[in-house]
Amino acid sequence: MNGGVPVCRLDQIEVEGGVAALVEGAAVAIFRTHDGNVYAISNYDPCSQASVLARGIVGTRGDVSFVASPMHKQAFDLRTGQCLDDAAVRVPTYDVRVDDGMVLVGRPHEEGP
Amino acid sequence: MSTHHRKTLVVAGHGMVGHRFVQAAIERGLTETYDLVVVGDEPRAAYDRVALTSFFEVGADELSFLPAGVYDDPRVRLLTGTEVEGFDPETRCVLLSGGEVVQYDELVLATGAAPFVPPIPGHDLDGCFVYRTIEDLEAIRDAATTAKVGAVIGGGLLGLEAANALAQLGLETHVVEMAPRLMAVQVDAAGGAVLTRHIEELGLTVHTGSATERVLGDDRVTGLALKDREPVAAEIVVFSAGIRPRDRLARDAGLELAERGGVLVDERCRTSDEHVWAIGECAAPGGRMYGLVAPGYAMAEVVVDALLGGPGSFTGADMSTKLKLMGVDVASFGDAFAATDGALELVFSDAVAGIYKKLVVSEDGKQLLGGILVGDASAYGVLRPMVASGIELPDNPEELILPAGRGGAGVELPDEAQVCSCNDVTKGDIIAAAATHGTTRAGSTCGSCKAQTKKIIEDWFESQGKVVDRSLCEHFALTRQELFEVIAVHGHTRFDDIVAAHGTGRGCDICKPAIASILASQINGHVLEGDRRTLQDTNDAYLANIQRNGTYSVVPRIAGGEITPDKLIVIGEVARDFDLYTKITGGQRIDLLGARMEQLPAIWRRLVDAGFESGHAYGKSLRTVKSCVGSTWCRYGVQDSTQLAIDLELRYRGLRSPHKLKGGVSGCARECAEARSKDFGVIATEKGWNLYVAGNGGANPAHAQLLAGDLDRETLVRYLDRFLMYYIRTADRLQRTAPWVDGLDGGLDRVRAVVVDDVLGLGTELEAAMARHVDTYVDEWSATLDDPDKLARFVSFVNAPDTPDPHISFTSVRGQVQPADSDGPVSLGRTIPVGAPQ
Repeated sequence: MNGGVPVCRLDQIEVEGGVAALVEGAAVAIFRTHDGNVYAISNYDPCSQASVLARGIVGTRGDVSFVASPMHKQAFDLRTGQCLDDAAVRVPTYDVRVDDGMVLVGRPHEEGP
Repeated sequence: MSTHHRKTLVVAGHGMVGHRFVQAAIERGLTETYDLVVVGDEPRAAYDRVALTSFFEVGADELSFLPAGVYDDPRVRLLTGTEVEGFDPETRCVLLSGGEVVQYDELVLATGAAPFVPPIPGHDLDGCFVYRTIEDLEAIRDAATTAKVGAVIGGGLLGLEAANALAQLGLETHVVEMAPRLMAVQVDAAGGAVLTRHIEELGLTVHTGSATERVLGDDRVTGLALKDREPVAAEIVVFSAGIRPRDRLARDAGLELAERGGVLVDERCRTSDEHVWAIGECAAPGGRMYGLVAPGYAMAEVVVDALLGGPGSFTGADMSTKLKLMGVDVASFGDAFAATDGALELVFSDAVAGIYKKLVVSEDGKQLLGGILVGDASAYGVLRPMVASGIELPDNPEELILPAGRGGAGVELPDEAQVCSCNDVTKGDIIAAAATHGTTRAGSTCGSCKAQTKKIIEDWFESQGKVVDRSLCEHFALTRQELFEVIAVHGHTRFDDIVAAHGTGRGCDICKPAIASILASQINGHVLEGDRRTLQDTNDAYLANIQRNGTYSVVPRIAGGEITPDKLIVIGEVARDFDLYTKITGGQRIDLLGARMEQLPAIWRRLVDAGFESGHAYGKSLRTVKSCVGSTWCRYGVQDSTQLAIDLELRYRGLRSPHKLKGGVSGCARECAEARSKDFGVIATEKGWNLYVAGNGGANPAHAQLLAGDLDRETLVRYLDRFLMYYIRTADRLQRTAPWVDGLDGGLDRVRAVVVDDVLGLGTELEAAMARHVDTYVDEWSATLDDPDKLARFVSFVNAPDTPDPHISFTSVRGQVQPADSDGPVSLGRTIPVGAPQ
């Protein structure tokens, strides 16, 4: 992706931590994984109907990096936004890139990348 | 059924069997028809006489079957400290010692038995006692304060219990038995010899084959004169030479008695008068008296059944016995003395280890008829049901009693095999209960079948393909306890090192908080320090409790529930200024709800400045120590419970543990602080404090159990330090203290052995670990306010720190804010385990 809105410096996100950013009125959760990747998904947890996903614990299930909702622990695949505990639930993902130490967030993908 | 024709049933006697009768009457609906009047001559309600020896250790309350002193059913009236003077079968009246006359429709005699005191000279001197009631033990304890030597006349089961009690009281103890061996009813000569060696190793002196001719002394006991032996000097003598049925009431009323005493009853336990029944040790079904509790229980059930019109009958009882006497296993079952024609004996004896085992088998070698086990009774659980069910012996029956390393056959019990003889529970009953998550009474009386019951349940689950997998999660094939030890041994402080060395992947929402908790227990650093921040659940990560709309609640510590008016006003002002919803919690503090994450530092700035600190409501850690006002205000209080509660709460504040921890301190036995519903509860006594452990409220309530009684403050704190650290080190993740204790091999006894008796020698280490915690405690919130790095995370959006989350909105209800309704039902996701794996 090109462009995107700069939201914070990469070092403001802890490894295996997340931050919430406000991008064009939407709350986006941005995560940094142990393998150096950065992912962005909607901050809104459809299961609990609260905007909280950035505050979840980041880990792996098999090879998949995921975040567990801090509310009721449903797991979301950071790459696709797919809920790993309920096939019918998926959250939007966002384009995200790191440029010169800055994190930039782009367009949402309702149906995943 | 017409309610104005209610009938009256009088129960004479409130011992174990009388109590069981009342319980069964309530449970099976007999109280729908009958009002029960239960008359007991002891000053207290029924208690566990089988466990009488533990009275010195645990006190009377712990032994009681009815701590409240009343039954739940209002149709049962219990009179304690009252004797039945007599009854008249013609007019169907009983006369009570207070002069009251009660008319009955049915009368149940459950008057038990009395110790037999042989009429030898001197038997009534000062210093002579019997061993039957709590009052007897209290008298013995009082006398023991000035005595050095005690002697028990009688080396049977009860005599050895009494000897154990004397030894526990610190007396040099002698056992004098007329028969050539100890426990002559249960064991043979060879078994008795092994038993004697065990008892003597414990420092007691055994005189078998010794008849007592007289008790020596003028007005006080000075010793025993034995026939053809040297006299024994002693200041205390306990008679335990058997029991006699208390059948006077029946005799006076002209009812038929058995030849050797006891109220003669038929197989429905009915006496020669059709409205009078007799159960337990005072009864003699078919002319024979039964001096064990299990047959008494069976008789109680039979009479309830008869009164309900059922077919039950009592046709004899299993007199098998298994007990642990001063740490020595003794069991005797079935035809222990090979009385059956042609019976053969198989014996295994190991004099060095002090083990004697004998099987009695039928002439054809196919049936097990009985046996004796001394020193190691672990095979009892398998052997006794084999006798009862007539299951055919394996080809090499000796394997059943050989030590495990030398064979040891596994025998599959049939479903009809009776496992719990006290409560008549079969293997089939246990499996049926396991399959339906039901319960049985197995193991609830003498406890000798507990291990067997556990094994049956585990085997059954295994046969169903269910293995209790205690791995923490996919990343760690270790239990929490194993992980705790691994981390301690290697001195790890970082998750990266732990998962690299002992796990796989990058962890998850199960192992990360568990490791965060373990690290907090071991190094007690700030939970938001370094890479530990990302291991924390959201509550710990933001030092507050997340609520349904993503806001948080704030709970400042109010130790012991005591707060000054000034501080109360500060809480009110903070709540008003930040528009927070306030509610009083069950732990005697105040919850402030509806704080946005970005507001938390400002709220806490105000609270910390006013002298508040974190209440750790968000942590798997100590929550509160609830208290009553105690002796400072309450006219009933006997100790200063508020001060102790505050001190304990401040001592253990911030202590991270496998699950939340709650405490309580009550200033007297009225227990207004509900301490026994807590993980640790302290109740004041005249002499100090009783310490109870492993209680909780919630979905599976558990009453805390007495760990130790009448403690001074220093000992109390030492035991509590050890208990909590032992729990923290060995419990499973999210396992509260009650299921942890239940799951320990040996249960509460094991905890007492480790905490009080220090059998593992861990006491000093556990205390030192707690001292480290106490010394290094800092308030997490004031440390956070002082650290810009930690504060930086308390923002709604990283790129718009002060913009509130637009998803959060409130309405006003009853004058306060509440979360505005969300769009639809909330999905709770997978269930969160709150106890041990089932």
